[in-house]
Amino acid sequence: MWFTTPAKLNRAGVVGINERNGNLIMRYNERRLYPLVDNKILTKQLAEEAGMAVPKLYAVIETQHDVARLETILEGREQFVMKPAHGSGGDGILVIENVTAKGLRRHDGTHLSFDEARYHASTTLSGQYSLGGLPDKLMVEYRVQFDPLFEKISYQGVPDIRVIVFQGYPVMSMVRLPTRVSGGKANLHQGAIGVGIDLSTGTTTSGSIGNEIIAEHPDTGNAISGLTLPGWQSILELAARCFDITGLGYLGVDIVLDKERGALILELNARPGLNIQIANFVGLGARIDALRSRVRQPESAEARVAHARQAFAQ
Amino acid sequence: MFIRRQVIVLSLLLALAGMALFSYKAFELGLPLKENTDSRVWTVEARLGFVGTGGPAKAQMRLPQQPPGLGILNENFISRGFGLSTQEYDNRERLAFWSLRRARGPQAVYYRLSVFKEAVDASRAQTPAFPPIPKLEEPYSTALEDLVSDARERSADIASFTSEMLRHINNPTQEENVQLFLGADNSTIAKAKVTQTLLAGARIPTRIANGMELRDEPHVATIRPWLEVHNGQRWLSFDVESGVQFEADRHLVWFYGDKDFVSVSGGRNVETEIFLRKEMIDSIAVAEQRAINVGSHAVEFSLFSLPIRTQAVYGVLLMIPIGALVMVLMRNVIGVPTFGTFTPILVALAFRETQLLYGIILFSFVVALGLLVRFYFEKLRLLLVPRLAAVLTVVVLLLVGISIMSNRLDLETGLSVALFPMVILTMVIERMSIVWEERGSGAAMSEGFGSLVVATMAYLVMSIDQLQYLLFAFPELLLIVLGLCLLLGRYTGFRASELIRFRSFGDSKA
Repeated sequence: MWFTTPAKLNRAGVVGINERNGNLIMRYNERRLYPLVDNKILTKQLAEEAGMAVPKLYAVIETQHDVARLETILEGREQFVMKPAHGSGGDGILVIENVTAKGLRRHDGTHLSFDEARYHASTTLSGQYSLGGLPDKLMVEYRVQFDPLFEKISYQGVPDIRVIVFQGYPVMSMVRLPTRVSGGKANLHQGAIGVGIDLSTGTTTSGSIGNEIIAEHPDTGNAISGLTLPGWQSILELAARCFDITGLGYLGVDIVLDKERGALILELNARPGLNIQIANFVGLGARIDALRSRVRQPESAEARVAHARQAFAQ
Repeated sequence: MFIRRQVIVLSLLLALAGMALFSYKAFELGLPLKENTDSRVWTVEARLGFVGTGGPAKAQMRLPQQPPGLGILNENFISRGFGLSTQEYDNRERLAFWSLRRARGPQAVYYRLSVFKEAVDASRAQTPAFPPIPKLEEPYSTALEDLVSDARERSADIASFTSEMLRHINNPTQEENVQLFLGADNSTIAKAKVTQTLLAGARIPTRIANGMELRDEPHVATIRPWLEVHNGQRWLSFDVESGVQFEADRHLVWFYGDKDFVSVSGGRNVETEIFLRKEMIDSIAVAEQRAINVGSHAVEFSLFSLPIRTQAVYGVLLMIPIGALVMVLMRNVIGVPTFGTFTPILVALAFRETQLLYGIILFSFVVALGLLVRFYFEKLRLLLVPRLAAVLTVVVLLLVGISIMSNRLDLETGLSVALFPMVILTMVIERMSIVWEERGSGAAMSEGFGSLVVATMAYLVMSIDQLQYLLFAFPELLLIVLGLCLLLGRYTGFRASELIRFRSFGDSKA
């Protein structure tokens, strides 16, 4: 069938956009807290203060004056990532392999002259990639050396783990795998794969591209299910603690696995998307409803994760 | 949930209040539910504006005096601060005089008149006396005789004689005789006056009428002269420039003669503007009268008491919430992707001027060309704000180009393209190109197409005449719209598009 019925979706506990906006985001996410996650520099500071692992911030390019001395700022750096502080959907991010005399070499082998890099920085500052076109800042940060775990089932780019955290409890999770179509970005709307994870075991289950359910990676042909993520408990705890530092009741936490440093918080999202439901083939609604009564008494992050792992086993 | 109940109760209350006021006005006071199509009342509003020089100012305006075929329903003057007097001269001329001791800065006085069509044929009213043959000196008298005898030879009756004469007048390059009379003055009124003299040479009674056509749609009118000729039974009307005879039964004669419509002393930059609109006033006036009789104030605050210029604006303004409601339905219930929140409504408003089909074509054309230019600008690595300004400039140039081209090709709709909101077009181009680059051409196309679909829907709903009339006569209906918007604001069900998006859940498990 090319469509389904509201009754079937309700039975599956699927959350729609209106429901998410009206009953989750507006109810549990206070507007005044948004800047904590919309500004990635601020998020990083909060996480570091709480002793949570994040990719290290090397430099912030704030003014056109900084743009002019871009070469000096980047001098001597090897690998790093340049990203807009208010960006969304992975847009405007440059992954740099190394700095040469002529310019910057990107991860996909293409070369960027300093002129081009300065133009990119300049448009970023004037708000090209920020929400509502507001003036922005450009962050230069540690480039994640991603864990070879996902090598077989990902195409370039950095796969990341998305955990939906409701009132501090992890409720659903997926791995986002870049594809050729998505241009190495882990963004589902651009064609990346979402792979559901069994919350209790940390093992990948089914997957989806767009709105279709799939079993193998379209570029590598390898099966995407049955992969177990190492340190699952600590990944979930890292995600759960993001509720404590931001106070946002409905939160998407993006985590990457670094070869040496383990799980790092990449960014937080106060309006996480709904395709995670297709990736897991489970509706969010039922899980959230199951937690509503429990969130009254405060618990530690460990306890919350333990409860979620037990409650949402598949 | 408490909030949910609150919203439901609030929307119900709003809808009830709207319905109650509506039914009271419609059924108790008898305000018509449908636009009275055979209404024969027009409201004409003349505005005389000038800039005072600081000293005393006097303004005068000719007023209609028993316009043939029309009855005056009522008239009034709006002239704050001015002294006003009207005078009538031998039952043929009527003038209004405004005076002000110290007039500084822009000044404006208004005269508003409602006329209704009378059933009698006024052109037969009274038979005028034959005019005397004008006594002219040479070479004028010979020229006159030549012209009259020439025209008489080529005509059968007074109507064709007049047409023939007007044809001569409008051909001054070939006719020495005409040039003699006309001199350098080529204006319509000069031609009319010369024709009067020439026709008097054949003892045909004539008069110059000044007025305008009473069309059905609201429009800005100008007072233009035409020539009336009496054929022994009735007055015939002729267009001076073309010589064509026309029926003047849909015309309002403002005044007769060749005098000035207005004159102002003690002011400069004198300008006049006449706004004309067919009214539903007759049946509504009845309802208003009834309301006054039962002591109700509900109708006193109606939009019909506003200046008609403003009324026309409100006619459009009141439809915007309807367009917004369509927008809400399309986005939150159907789930059509669009650029921006209210862009489609603004585009729909622009469609009102261009008509739907041309509107869609022009919109797509401008956006497509704008996109090409935008992609090129991207390569030039321009900064964001200057680039937006550059795209805006290109959009304006495109609109100018389209207008000129379509004028050349005699396509009238092309001219109305200028009413497209240019900034909106620019933002659509900008958004579209960013979406294009970041999410691919598919997403950009679907959002662009979605915007057009929503704009079309909004346009179609907003141009329902009956709806326009209802909202204008009963603005309280907007309370119901407001209630619906509030209710939809708490709609947390699935969007139709999500039934497709989450189709995999329908297949097996659930």
